[in-house]
Amino acid sequence: MTVLESRPTKLVDHFALGLNAPICLTWELTYACNLACVHCLSSSGRRDPRELSTAECKMVIDELQRMQVFYVNIGGGEPTVRHDFWELLDYAVEHHVGVKFSTNGVKLDAAAARRLAATDYVDVQISVDGASADVNDAVRGTGSFRTAVAAMENLAAAGFRGFKISVVVTRENAGQLDAFKALADRYDAQLRLTRLRPSGRGADVWADLHPTDEQQRALYQWLVAHGDNVLTGDSFFHLSGLGDPLPGLNLCGAGRVVCLIDPIGDVYACPFAIHDQFLAGNLREPGGFQRVWQDSALFASLRKPDGGGACSSCSMFDACRGGCMAAKFFTGLPLDGPDPECVQGHGAAALAAAGGAAIPTPSGDHSHKGPVRGQPVLVPLSVRRPDRACDESPLAGLPA
Amino acid sequence: MRRLLSQGPGPAFDPQAPYRLHPQAELRDEEFGALAYHFGTRRLSFLKAPALVDVVRALGDAESVEDAVRRCAVPEAQRPAILRALAGLAGTDMIQRRVSEESLP
Repeated sequence: MTVLESRPTKLVDHFALGLNAPICLTWELTYACNLACVHCLSSSGRRDPRELSTAECKMVIDELQRMQVFYVNIGGGEPTVRHDFWELLDYAVEHHVGVKFSTNGVKLDAAAARRLAATDYVDVQISVDGASADVNDAVRGTGSFRTAVAAMENLAAAGFRGFKISVVVTRENAGQLDAFKALADRYDAQLRLTRLRPSGRGADVWADLHPTDEQQRALYQWLVAHGDNVLTGDSFFHLSGLGDPLPGLNLCGAGRVVCLIDPIGDVYACPFAIHDQFLAGNLREPGGFQRVWQDSALFASLRKPDGGGACSSCSMFDACRGGCMAAKFFTGLPLDGPDPECVQGHGAAALAAAGGAAIPTPSGDHSHKGPVRGQPVLVPLSVRRPDRACDESPLAGLPA
Repeated sequence: MRRLLSQGPGPAFDPQAPYRLHPQAELRDEEFGALAYHFGTRRLSFLKAPALVDVVRALGDAESVEDAVRRCAVPEAQRPAILRALAGLAGTDMIQRRVSEESLP
């Protein structure tokens, strides 16, 4: 009998039924963001006027402490643009709720880095989506690589060791894995690679940016070779069918061990599933977050054993468990069928069969309505010859 | 969730010595046993048996690890597994050896 082990193989059965409190809780503090990344999973940009107040955020932290949610992953939007960000960070740490927050680095100057380096229980995750400015800025915006690297420099100079460099793997950067590792090593940081989901604005670019089959196989081999030295947030379990399972929980944790609290207090099954279908409740309602986590009908249904549907007859089902719920949902695939990036090719076939019909759109869109400085533009400017020599307007020839 | 529990080399685990839950670690009860979280190392471990959880909670007041195991009336057949698990927890600093003065009133 093994009562403690490094790989939670048998624990998966317990996790599938849900826990008293989440293990991995993401809390997006704001939809406001200084950037306009093309693949933003939460369609962030503008602050929502219903955003939780400082006092409400502190009540949430009190509740997380009572429930013994030992740490939260704070994100956004860009969480550091909240005026009370540092106050909330201190409050969480004082109340024994550890914090790992994701940032594009915009507020991480030398003083902030020194402050973070002096605080226990806080971990920082800097987002870049290219190991070079050209690849990164094409999706995150002009100057965003420089901002992120400046933040890394500040953290390293302040003596903050082991911060995370977080990368969403795309078709454009999949060839840069070694360069990302070198970047992390340069700052004594740890590399974290996660999967591109078709969530939020990611739905608009997923078809063009998700890794090719060949890149997926290379990524899997690279992850196997680097083992525990590279974090993944368990996001690549759909690749486990390529060989030995990757380290971590090879199971969709949505509503079972994972959930999302959004900036207005809505609780979703997972950070990549901001849609009414995965909305479990709002923590402003009586009973707060605990009641949503423990009593919501949605979470109860997600914790029921699932048969695996169309995937259950696949020899790889035990390895990937059908893959990512959000990836299926936002590509219009049935939830009990294959992942769109299924390594057996079943996803591609299902996508072709679905023909892009009835793809759900995210419930909320907080994208900037006007232009954002340095905003990435994935659509190439037209190089088509104007209809007439005197048509100099860039809009000439386009439908009104 | 990646850093669960590596079986790396740690300080030698001595079941005859007094131990305690690390002051920076906490337990959260779950149906399968408990989650243990160490705020210093940010490491999460899963204690996969209620008996193991009982023993870890009893460590601080027991004269030794073996004493804690006795107090919790762990069945003989389970003891080797419990001790292996405790050695693993000691290896990752989730539990730590107590200096003897601390065990006195």
